[in-house]
Amino acid sequence: MIRLKYFEVYRTAAVILISLAIAFIIISLVSSQPVETIRIFLFEPLSTLSRMGNVVEMAIPLMFTGLSVSLLFKTNMFNLGAEGIFYISGIVAAILAIHLSMNGIMHPIVAIGAGSIVGALLSAIPGYLKAKWNANELVTSLMFNSIFFGIGLYLLNYHLRDAKAFSNVSYKFAETAQLDKIMPGTRLHTGLIIVLVLIVLAHYFMYRTKWGYELRMTGANREFAGYSGMKTAKVIILVHLIAGFIAGMGGSVEVLGMYNRFQWTALPGYGLDGALVAMLAKNNPLSVIGAALFLAYIRIGADLMARLSDVPSEMISIIQAVIILLISAEQFLKFWKNRMLLKEAKLHE
Amino acid sequence: MNSLLNVILTTDFAFSVLRVTTPILFAALGALISNRAGIINIGMEGIMLVSALAGVVVSSYTASAWIGLLGAVLSGTAIAGMLAFFTLKFKTHIILGGVAINMFASGGTVFLLYLLSGDKGSSTSLPSKVLPSIDIPLLQQIPVLGPILSGHHILTYASILAVIAVYYLLKRTPLGLQIRSVGENPHAAQSVGVSVVKIQYMALLLSGFFASLGGAYMSMGYLSLFTRDMIAGRGWIAIAAESMGRSTTVGTALTSLLFGGAEALANALQVLKIPAELIGTLPYVATVIGLIVYAIAETRKKRRKLAQKTN
Repeated sequence: MIRLKYFEVYRTAAVILISLAIAFIIISLVSSQPVETIRIFLFEPLSTLSRMGNVVEMAIPLMFTGLSVSLLFKTNMFNLGAEGIFYISGIVAAILAIHLSMNGIMHPIVAIGAGSIVGALLSAIPGYLKAKWNANELVTSLMFNSIFFGIGLYLLNYHLRDAKAFSNVSYKFAETAQLDKIMPGTRLHTGLIIVLVLIVLAHYFMYRTKWGYELRMTGANREFAGYSGMKTAKVIILVHLIAGFIAGMGGSVEVLGMYNRFQWTALPGYGLDGALVAMLAKNNPLSVIGAALFLAYIRIGADLMARLSDVPSEMISIIQAVIILLISAEQFLKFWKNRMLLKEAKLHE
Repeated sequence: MNSLLNVILTTDFAFSVLRVTTPILFAALGALISNRAGIINIGMEGIMLVSALAGVVVSSYTASAWIGLLGAVLSGTAIAGMLAFFTLKFKTHIILGGVAINMFASGGTVFLLYLLSGDKGSSTSLPSKVLPSIDIPLLQQIPVLGPILSGHHILTYASILAVIAVYYLLKRTPLGLQIRSVGENPHAAQSVGVSVVKIQYMALLLSGFFASLGGAYMSMGYLSLFTRDMIAGRGWIAIAAESMGRSTTVGTALTSLLFGGAEALANALQVLKIPAELIGTLPYVATVIGLIVYAIAETRKKRRKLAQKTN
């Protein structure tokens, strides 16, 4: 007998299976050798150490933004601003990585710290507007994404751009600023340790502290939380500060961990992917790890598929869209839940 | 400053304002209709992208620009229908649904483009058609006004007619009344026998219809081919315009024109070495300021009402 409390787990599994099935259907329609292509998509990321490393590297920024968005969603804030903050904090970290000269320990700490603080402060703007005047945080955060991108791109093109480089990239970062690699044979960097620590801290914060409790209560019902004496405006601003700090740190870590020049001439998309990760993780910090690894895995699989077969990697965005549509669909498989409810009720009679 | 005026005070500039406003205006009208029915459709960008590609693909296979336009409109409306199905039937969160549509479109269009043309960047190898531009007799002979208003793309004129049509739809038709009532108070609308879900379906389909006209314009008028991510934020500007226009038809149309003017200015100012990246953020900055002003005014109004009640 299926237990009701695992319903969400089964539902998530069902969504993942359906999306993989759709991936297989698309591959079968497009590829001239579908079986081989599916094999590449599913298993090739595990074939070598460096490819497994690629999966984990890809999961690092997803964990940062996934965690950031989880906290906001848990407070019932529909803020999609992680995207712009990830970008502009990356720029801030890049500026400090280029222009400061420090030793190899302090340099990344200062650059990442500055990126995170800038992220926190910028994220607080929509939070403050929401808490104080009830301005729609979704629309303002979306507008700020475009604003931060414009400012960041301006800084890249007019102040950081290396005229000697062949493409639109910044000057080289100082060696001291770049994050250390932690595993030979891969490009895994110390950012992985940072994000894992952050996730554990966030979990503790959310489920073991008074602030975390207020955050969850405000998310469940802001008015009720207000009547019970919680200062919900303060909670909302606080959660925006924390979420911006995490997203900003993610942007800084990604830039210093994976590149030696700043080179994003479009928004990298990790902020919106963060929304997907948060949904898969049901806004639970610890589950963010698994959700980010899953998303990273199918993306690396799709990249390898594009390289080794005849199916382009853009297939993955179709799969991501299906996952988002189904996972946030309250009614999807509801009938199943209802049946389980009925069964349990009968058992207790 | 003088050179700035030299750029702006030309009929060419005024002409280009109308030219760049067209896609924004179409999408903003779409956003307006769905917003009035109480659902925020943030999938504008994605719907426009899909219809831009569909226009190019269908017109190149049928060798007819008009069938291409039909294909663009049908596919854009179908995407909106998909969004409506998931949000209204499966209760997917409308914002996340919109995010999904945008994700689907940005990758899906490249995927399809690559399969059809072997190129991930643009549709240069597809012999697609463009819709015609129209010279208006009599008007084109008038000095100043003629060169500004005549000779535009047919969809530019259609976008102006669309403003009138949407105004009439919302103000004067039963459907418009139902859309507004559903948006303002769905429970009240339900209680007098309006099917909320049906009206929201209609509103989302209409928003997809208008957005796809904007998308078709991008690849069959503004440019004569499809390029990757060619909507480049116009869907977001449209949402901003609707928001700044305070969900009124006239306000939305005027802000669209204003934002179109800002974009034309950004294009023109590139000659003067003023960073286009910064000018490009102006519509968004204006919208944030507009939202703040509105939110403050609303909060004050509410507090005043509360104060009156307690007295």
